[in-house]
Amino acid sequence: MTNNFVNGVLKGDPLSIARVITMIENNHEKAIPIIKTLHRHTGKAHIIGITGVMGSGKSSLIYELAKKYREKNKKIGIIAIDPTSPFSGGALLGDRIRMMNLADDENVFIRSMGTRGMLGGLTSAVYDTINILDAAGKDIIMVETVGVGQAEVDIVKIADTTLVVLVPGLGDSIQTIKAGIMEIGDIFVVNKADRPGVEQTIAELKTMLDLTRIVTERETPIITTIARERKGIDELINEIEKHKKYLKKNNMFEEKRRKRYETELVEIIKRKLTSLIFDETNLKEKIQSLTDQILKKEIDPHTAAEEILTRVIK
Amino acid sequence: MEKKIRVLVAKPGLDGHDRGAKVVARALRDAGMEVIYSGLHQTAEQIVRTAIQEDVDVIGLSLLSGAHMTLFLDVIKLLKKHKMNNVIVVGGGIIPEEDVPRLKKEGVAEIFGPGTPTDEIVDFIKKNVKQ
Repeated sequence: MTNNFVNGVLKGDPLSIARVITMIENNHEKAIPIIKTLHRHTGKAHIIGITGVMGSGKSSLIYELAKKYREKNKKIGIIAIDPTSPFSGGALLGDRIRMMNLADDENVFIRSMGTRGMLGGLTSAVYDTINILDAAGKDIIMVETVGVGQAEVDIVKIADTTLVVLVPGLGDSIQTIKAGIMEIGDIFVVNKADRPGVEQTIAELKTMLDLTRIVTERETPIITTIARERKGIDELINEIEKHKKYLKKNNMFEEKRRKRYETELVEIIKRKLTSLIFDETNLKEKIQSLTDQILKKEIDPHTAAEEILTRVIK
Repeated sequence: MEKKIRVLVAKPGLDGHDRGAKVVARALRDAGMEVIYSGLHQTAEQIVRTAIQEDVDVIGLSLLSGAHMTLFLDVIKLLKKHKMNNVIVVGGGIIPEEDVPRLKKEGVAEIFGPGTPTDEIVDFIKKNVKQ
């Protein structure tokens, strides 16, 4: 079975790609040998992260970028992430609405994913999903994060090029998001640039970038686009390609990849450790009884945690 | 292993009435499912290609234009062609009584007309998805 799936993915067969992603999302143990074998076939794709505030037009922008890349005959993978409800565990994944006509093109593979409890704007399955699409021969892989506020900056750890998408007219929006997200953009996009307030947004953005910029030879470009009218898309692709060349020239491409693998490795260890602890039988009962004791002040939470951990990790 | 039910809610053909599809999409989400809503005016080919990529367990088709006999059955035919035999297809919208037996005979699992409590759809899907 492993071989069938590996061969299917390497041939770019959509059904195999889709099934392996599902197995990964569901933590199916059969996916692991497949992923292991695929690793040495990865590393060719250019991974582009697209992040930004809610309603800034990330999906529409991806749609236009994908169409342009298709004209250049590039094969495309798109991972569109939307939030999973922490209450019901369900998710409404609606990014495809803006990418509708890409469903006609067999060289575009789109996968919608719920965050499934992961913070940071991504899902824990995103690493392996990128690897699967990469091994399947996609030249460009675009990852759309959930709409971000301040803390959803994990995309920068996995993307080669990160786009931060903003819109004019949000008033002090740049002020509110300055902390994390202003530091991760390789390229800033001001979308919906037919709206009033573009100049002000760009001016604010420039000031902010000057304040936070670490001294490098590269100035962070700001591109204005109107995705729905296909304006600014060529310029944006141009900047993305320029950024890739810049990374390669300065040996930063390898460095970025290294960082991604490091993050991935740590994530896997964390996940395995968590399941090692929580899959332990009787743990639920133990937690319940310890919680009762904490409530009665017979034990404190720290001692209780230590008690559980010494039981599991010997 | 934690299996999550994935559902594609799609509107085939020329019909802009999406209230029902959206209500159902929300109900399924609130029942803990992952719902992919793909928007209006989809062709059968687009719907099936999306279903393959998203690896869904269920396709929910909503149609109020009267073209269900053609479009629902086109989706079923394409699914068979791609050997997607484990995908359940359910339908909703304005579907006349007399068309239901034929649709079911061709492979539509169930038709949910106007006024169906959403719980009924949730229960049907949970019961019928092949784990």
